Amino acid sequence: MFIGNASDIPSSEITSRDTYRLYLNRRKFLRAAAAAGGAMLGGDRLAELFDPRAVAHADTKLQTVSSPLTTTGEQLTSYADITHYNNFYEFGVDKGDPAKNAGGLPTRPWTIKVEGKVAKPLTFDIDDLLKLRPLEDRVYRFRCVEAWSMVIPWVGYSLSEFIKQCNPLSTAKFVQFLSYYDRHVEKWSGESTIYWPYSEGLRMDEAMNPLTLLTFGLYGEVLPNQDGAPVRVIIPWKYGFKSAKSIVTVRFVDKMPATTWNDMAPNEYGFYSNVNPNVDHPRWSQKTERRIGLPFYEQRRTTLMFNGYGDQVASLYAGMNLKKYY
Amino acid sequence: MKPSTLVLLKTLVWIACLCPLADLLWGAVNNNLGPDPTAEIANVTGLTALWTLAITLAISPVRKLLPQLTWLIKFRRLLGLFVFFYATLHLLTYVALYAGFDLNTMKTDITKRRFIIMGMTTWLLLLPLALTSTNWAIRKLGGKNWNRLHKLIYLAAICATIHYWWKVKTGVLEPAPFTLILLVLLLARPVIAWMQRRRTRAVVV
Repeated sequence: MFIGNASDIPSSEITSRDTYRLYLNRRKFLRAAAAAGGAMLGGDRLAELFDPRAVAHADTKLQTVSSPLTTTGEQLTSYADITHYNNFYEFGVDKGDPAKNAGGLPTRPWTIKVEGKVAKPLTFDIDDLLKLRPLEDRVYRFRCVEAWSMVIPWVGYSLSEFIKQCNPLSTAKFVQFLSYYDRHVEKWSGESTIYWPYSEGLRMDEAMNPLTLLTFGLYGEVLPNQDGAPVRVIIPWKYGFKSAKSIVTVRFVDKMPATTWNDMAPNEYGFYSNVNPNVDHPRWSQKTERRIGLPFYEQRRTTLMFNGYGDQVASLYAGMNLKKYY
Repeated sequence: MKPSTLVLLKTLVWIACLCPLADLLWGAVNNNLGPDPTAEIANVTGLTALWTLAITLAISPVRKLLPQLTWLIKFRRLLGLFVFFYATLHLLTYVALYAGFDLNTMKTDITKRRFIIMGMTTWLLLLPLALTSTNWAIRKLGGKNWNRLHKLIYLAAICATIHYWWKVKTGVLEPAPFTLILLVLLLARPVIAWMQRRRTRAVVV
């Protein structure tokens, strides 16, 4: 079994389907170890001593600092589950597909093009972005529109820090994110009728909220490809599909941009898509969710308004009818 | 076919049909049902019901095309009952793990959500077929009536397929293979009937 330096092997190779079954058997142990270790990373290292394979996913460690914006008091979802239960339709529509297929995503060299309503169009290199601000450990709840949820220790800094570098004009009311798209790399993108590239967007004030995270890592390490490497956004109070992966273009615009799922089914996926237990998806209730990684009889839990981040974000929507603007 | 061969084959079919359930039970006991066990249970029971239904619907056309396989009819009731069995487990998964036995939730779902309405409809269409599957019921109804009633299986299959399409996200083509196979199985019936009519006419002439 391979344990050592994995830098030249795509993570999808390391965590094959078979080893994943083993991971699952170890989930309980990992959780116990994490609890015993107190701090998340301490527990992870403790687990590593006993079973290196269970955490042998290291590509590159990131230097991180702690953050007051991190969510406390939640049991973290395992690394195995966060990296093997993904919606990344460019790499296949099955939850397990991205882990198998995203190995070919070329994460270096990588640039983000900034365009639209800005003082001057710019291009940022990923390695410069990694150094722009200290990288923070931020645990967030992650709530998918499909009514499942995770608790994920992301690594990154507030998107607002990046936006300040972009010098948007006052006419910029929205920001649009476009994901990487190459049908030769993402050969599975034809499994759905989605019009690529994946597009998402936020209102400027949502993008500037300190919770909105420009995300480079997971569990203290660079993002695995299937989780949106090398850079994505995370908006913890919105349904997961708002959090665009593998971003190559950031466009500042004056009108609400077209976004992928809103285009596909506007009655099911609104532009705002704030987590809201009082507004049902047409096909299921959003009142409850299934926490990933727990036994079936423990999965069900109540969904929180704004995914529990109301204190920080509810003011963004003061006076808005959230049933109309779902 | 020798009775002993039939018993052996039936045993094998039973084992095959129980495999998905055994896998689920084993996974549940070992907490090894994947990241989202609730969804896994719903998917496995639903998909097993669908594909067992496809196999059940394949028996008639295969018998007509290959006369040496007419004995397959002896397995149709068994398979059909397994369709109902897995459809029932699928329904119970919804009632227990999605609705949490909450009557209000179920009421809202059944009145508002078309994919759940379609799923319920499918199960309600399968129910009378399962109830009239005994030899006693066949005798009581008479072959003709029984046949007519059991034509409902085609409607159930169509409803199940619509349920499947309405369940997946817009633009996701996952139900396409099943839909194509079902289409072939449904079209095979009039096509085979037409071929046989032509053949008998040719013989008469």
